[in-house]
Amino acid sequence: MNISGHALNMAIYFSALLFFAGISFRIAGWLSVPNPLKIPTTPAPLTPAGTVARMLGELLFFRSLWKADKLLWAVGYIFHLSLLLVVLRHLRYFLYPVPESILRFSDIGIYAGFTLAASLLYLLARRLIIDRVAYISNVMDYFYLLLIILISMTGLLMKFFFRPNLIEIKDLMLHAAALDPIAMSAGMSIFFLVHLSMVMLLAALFPFGKLMHAGGVLISPTRAMVNNARRSRHINPWAEKEWDTMLSEADKETGAYMPWSPEQWRDRWKR
Amino acid sequence: MEEVDKKDINDLLKWKKIKPEVPELTGNISVPEIKLWASLDYKSQLLKQKDALKRLGLPSDGLVPDWKNKFLAKMGEMLKKYRSVRLFMDICVRCGACADKCHYFLGTKDPLNMPVARQELMRRVYRRYFTISGRLFGSRLGSADELDEEMLALWYTYFYQCSECRRCSVFCPYGIDTAEITMAAREILNSVGLVQKYTYEIVDKAQNIGNNLGMVPDAIVNSIEFVQDDLKEQTGIDIKIPIDEVGAEVLFVTPSADFFASPHIESLYGYAKVFHQAGISWTMSTYASEGGNFGLFSHNYNQMKIINKRIWDAAKELKVKRVVCGECGHMWRVLSSFSNTMWGPFDWLDQRYPAPQHICEFTLDLINSGAIKLDKTANDDLTVTFHDSCQVARGSELGGKIDGQFEIPRALIRECVNRFVDMHEDTIREKTYCCGAGQGLLGDDMLPLRVKGAMPRMQALKRVKDSHDVNFLALICAICKAQMSKIFPLYGYPMEEVGGILQLVSRSIVLRNKEGV
Ligand code: SF4
Ligand code: SF4
Ligand code: SF4
Repeated sequence: MNISGHALNMAIYFSALLFFAGISFRIAGWLSVPNPLKIPTTPAPLTPAGTVARMLGELLFFRSLWKADKLLWAVGYIFHLSLLLVVLRHLRYFLYPVPESILRFSDIGIYAGFTLAASLLYLLARRLIIDRVAYISNVMDYFYLLLIILISMTGLLMKFFFRPNLIEIKDLMLHAAALDPIAMSAGMSIFFLVHLSMVMLLAALFPFGKLMHAGGVLISPTRAMVNNARRSRHINPWAEKEWDTMLSEADKETGAYMPWSPEQWRDRWKR
Repeated sequence: MEEVDKKDINDLLKWKKIKPEVPELTGNISVPEIKLWASLDYKSQLLKQKDALKRLGLPSDGLVPDWKNKFLAKMGEMLKKYRSVRLFMDICVRCGACADKCHYFLGTKDPLNMPVARQELMRRVYRRYFTISGRLFGSRLGSADELDEEMLALWYTYFYQCSECRRCSVFCPYGIDTAEITMAAREILNSVGLVQKYTYEIVDKAQNIGNNLGMVPDAIVNSIEFVQDDLKEQTGIDIKIPIDEVGAEVLFVTPSADFFASPHIESLYGYAKVFHQAGISWTMSTYASEGGNFGLFSHNYNQMKIINKRIWDAAKELKVKRVVCGECGHMWRVLSSFSNTMWGPFDWLDQRYPAPQHICEFTLDLINSGAIKLDKTANDDLTVTFHDSCQVARGSELGGKIDGQFEIPRALIRECVNRFVDMHEDTIREKTYCCGAGQGLLGDDMLPLRVKGAMPRMQALKRVKDSHDVNFLALICAICKAQMSKIFPLYGYPMEEVGGILQLVSRSIVLRNKEGV
């Protein structure tokens, strides 16, 4: 077997594995922690259906961000939408035949490449310029931004200046996607290799950092919980055990931890 | 993050007397340039009283010797018990959308009072000790920090500069609620022996004596008799405030400050007049003589549950059919949102009414059904605006409507007065600014912070004062009332311009002696 020709395939599988396994692992981790109390923030819908609508509003329109900062909302929205369109356009490298519906998005995908890059540059600039955002930005915040900027730049360069051999690439990717990898030929475009490596790096890191906000937003208890605490009881799974432990450890002498019953209390205060 | 000079923890936490600086009132809320460490010196005093700490089951000798292990163990426990805390550690993208939303940041300019920066204090420790990269590379990978005494001091300082008002959460694209993180942080600090005096003195009193002010039953009865005499003098009518009366229709609970603090007591007059005029039998309880629940302020479930138990027990013991709650923000959040989880539903009460019921819901219903009448002209000397007390506004619904907590209080005010005007839309309803003293920051030791934290609310108020001659700020929170009546004079306004909605009801309700009464 041609090891160097397959190194790329191995990297693809490895990053894909990290991506999917990592995401599942993180989400399972969050879900394993209970919500002891109902904590939705206003304006919180009173019914499950209303809550679903609220979540869709967050997911599709970033409604909370709209309230916070209109410019950031606009740029953030353009960024995420562009990303979606660009990803959709890339599906044609993994699917054969390419479905009609995806082809229809393909041309917009090219413009999206530009808006993607432009919005990223703004996001980077505001981290450097706005004093509050500069203060809170950390190494990884810059790292992810630069990584995606690099990915989008190499993508645009390939599209307009250094066109790689698309037939060859598509062949490679289709086989990889069908779990029937073929060796990469020598002389593959360097731009493509950089582009793909950065994507793999991003995919591999995705589950382990802040990019997981994509999964977390749907679970966030202040958004996803229904506002019906008075009408329907929410159960805290660890409450009973904790209460019993407290009582068993309670120090009868000092009264530490002791919830007074009405009788005990009246006795003490002679009421 | 800049380094603080290396110092001993006791120096780092030492309380200093600082003269409050009052911000200039312009009517505008502008986002300041950040000023490093601007509020580092605003510390709350520590609780040193050993017997109180013992009763609370907390370390009573200051910082415990092996504090680092205890700290991390408690933090691990928080991360396993509260999905909010765990998730919020992981998903913040540092977009900064929340950064300019906190009244303490706007007032102090200290960047660590930006909600995200406050959260990052916990995330730095989280990354170092609870993530793979932190375990492998320690604090070398940036944005992770060793847990040392300076970090501990920063926690104590800045997690006691958050009033858990949840304003930031409204704006965060992922709903990250800094209050949840602050509550966990305070619980962790408690576990290593850094216990804030103001809050935990009160938790101790509430658990053992039964109310936040530490009033023994006889003192409560006395002050209630005093109020009754007052009412008789004011109105010429015998308006009773029944106490410990078995078989009354309604158990009424309210913050103990309502018994005599000013302007709180004016609302107590209001409650009594409403019950009297509607002819609904009611009672207060010496056992459940406190509505407030400072157990909410840290993630200590049992503490909150112990305090809440009194109300639940009293409702059973007094065989009432309804529970109605007075004016208090965090009390309402605990009773409406958490009580059901802690002690189960009030399902033995009269199910035709919400249980528990808020005094605004209760009073507005009575007006709508014609059981009581108000004469608005009695309040014609007032132009009123409304401060949405944040624990009500961002807590849960009122009246079974998604925006009931905004509309019901306003509707009630409109029944009481002819002139009502709202402050700027970015400062009310779900976007309301905290009064600046909520959730454990009302102590006199925190006055310099309180003055600055009140700034956004005061700017919004100044604007309607200038444009509409507003001369009364209506609130439905005991803490807001105490804070505002203290802060108003510092900003140059008379403290009489603050009061509860039920104070407006009290002034305008049409009273007559019922036959046979
Ligand atoms: S708005 Fe939310 S995600 Fe953005 S910085 Fe604040 S807490 Fe983080
Ligand atoms: S909860 Fe309120 S006080 Fe705390 S950080 Fe958020 S806005 Fe500030
Ligand atoms: S005191 Fe009032 S305004 Fe301040 S946090 Fe509590 S409810 Fe909110």
